[in-house]
Amino acid sequence: MHIPDGYLSPETATVMYLAAAPFWIRASQKIKTLLRGRSVPLLALFSAFSFLIMMLNIPIPNGTTAHAVGTVLAAIVLGPWAAIITTSVALIIQALFFGDGGILNIGANCFNMAVSMAFVGYYLYRWIGGDSPVNSTRRVIAGAIAGYAAINISALLTGIELGLQPILFHNTSGAPLYFPYALNVTLPALLIPHLTLAGLAEALATALPIVWLQRSNPQLLRLTSSPHSAAAVSNATRTLRWGWVAMAAIIIITPIGLLAPGTAWGEWGRDQLSALGLNSIPAGFDRFANLWSAPLSGYDIPALNNPTITYMLSAVVGVVLIFGVIAVLGWGLQHVFGSPRTPAATNEARSS
Amino acid sequence: MSATTNPSRHAKSRSAQSFLEKTLSGISDALEQALFADEIAGEPGLVQSLDPRVKLIATIAFLLAVSLSHNPLVILGIYLLTLPIAYASHVPLGFYFKRVWVLMPFFTGIVALPALFNIFSPGQPLVTLLALPNFTLSITEPGVITAAFLLLRVGTSVSIGVLLVLTTRWILVLNALRVLRVPQAFVLIMGMTYRYIYLFLHSVNDMFLSRKSRLVGRVSAKEDRQWLGAAMGTMLAKSYDLSDEVYLAMQSRGFRGEAKTMEEPALHQRDWLGLALFLVVAAGFIWLGRQS
Repeated sequence: MHIPDGYLSPETATVMYLAAAPFWIRASQKIKTLLRGRSVPLLALFSAFSFLIMMLNIPIPNGTTAHAVGTVLAAIVLGPWAAIITTSVALIIQALFFGDGGILNIGANCFNMAVSMAFVGYYLYRWIGGDSPVNSTRRVIAGAIAGYAAINISALLTGIELGLQPILFHNTSGAPLYFPYALNVTLPALLIPHLTLAGLAEALATALPIVWLQRSNPQLLRLTSSPHSAAAVSNATRTLRWGWVAMAAIIIITPIGLLAPGTAWGEWGRDQLSALGLNSIPAGFDRFANLWSAPLSGYDIPALNNPTITYMLSAVVGVVLIFGVIAVLGWGLQHVFGSPRTPAATNEARSS
Repeated sequence: MSATTNPSRHAKSRSAQSFLEKTLSGISDALEQALFADEIAGEPGLVQSLDPRVKLIATIAFLLAVSLSHNPLVILGIYLLTLPIAYASHVPLGFYFKRVWVLMPFFTGIVALPALFNIFSPGQPLVTLLALPNFTLSITEPGVITAAFLLLRVGTSVSIGVLLVLTTRWILVLNALRVLRVPQAFVLIMGMTYRYIYLFLHSVNDMFLSRKSRLVGRVSAKEDRQWLGAAMGTMLAKSYDLSDEVYLAMQSRGFRGEAKTMEEPALHQRDWLGLALFLVVAAGFIWLGRQS
């Protein structure tokens, strides 16, 4: 999941830095008010912890091992904003000193693994956990689902970023300059292993420590819970609703966002500019469209030859897959525990 | 390990231990890398004598040159240029070469491999491996170019990064991030993180090693996961408790929530010279890479 330098174009890397930057800035503001002076050592120690979690090999049920990211666990204990910082710091140290993930791609990797995972994981945990006590089984399951969903969203984002490269960036003869496979390859290649095995590693890495903390250190699970847990739940529900909107926006904006700076920044060469602006992109979209429709033998379905529609389709398929799994799990959970969540409270105090 | 004849039991006991062993070897690799880097960073070499800020800016300039190039030969040129620089900085060339080109094929090599063929890269075939009535498998020209781009870009980028961290003490690399306008608080957090990663690596190493040395027979997967959960939970609680102690220690030394550091020393003449030289060369490569 750590994208090395050379897989993404500099234009995409810049866009991803710009996407991560507002979250870094907001996170450092939030942290200051939340934790005051304490924040520096707390974030440093948790960043070190985050680095270690990424080094652990988690045994998954098929007998092999996989790595986890650990952002969701940090988000559950410290809140999403702090988790963005701790995972980002761990990722930056990995990129600079251990060659795990590219230096130019720090923005992309932090957006995929720190920002998106922190929010998806934290709010799903709060939403599924509801107002159940911190030592309940429901919290453990909430943690597992949150970890599973977050790593899959992260894989989806990585797949979109990689899969857009051959569509947007190739040389004059049409050979891809960066990552060579389009969305029809990258999305299944990233999502299938994460929906099955790698997702389990993140679920375990989130749920197992929760079980242990419930027994021996439950106060660590109460750090982020507000005194009005009903308000917190409604807050989580509301935020999750915005999360859906944001998700849809990301899916729609991503290709546009990547196109725009593709012609503006870094492509200052006269010839390249005209090539990129006028010839290359339609050619790439056509090629991708044909690749996608070939297995469906679908030249009769004109919609499938439209690159924008095929792009949307592949993104939607990915999202539906992930959220389908979450919905089934959530539905099962409701049946197991039966307790309806507290209706949305009118308390707006915690929202900001 | 028990000499059982039951293959499934054998496989189970092996996989149960392998997560311990894999993690242990990962940790010792990380510690070894850090120690090795520290050793070379202390050598009186060419790059070592430059200011870390200059090296960081040069690193990014060259990474950009690699990234922006539309010509694989230009990327190869940048890689070849790093070789004499590495040599003059007492980086063992065997290590420098192996670190990147022996391990990388297992990741990026496998990723690049399918791109060679006409299935993913249609175009002028160079070698036809299989020709059936309605299916041909051949290595194509665009395929070779695409794979070369990917391998060269990744390999050269990693090499440039390796050169930076081998020739500069890591804490100085972090301090140098301030020239990129990374806020002081972040640099402080990263410096502390870096310091505590060591402590944690050692304690996790101890934890895993003692677990491994107590294991004789096979352990159920469930038990393994419970242990791992406890190990992770303990580490998490330890991080939290330790951060309290560190905070109190910082307070007692006058920390009031704001990070203060000494003024950055001014750049020497040779640093400016080195910076100008690096930037001119990197700009040259960027220009070359955009000529198609």
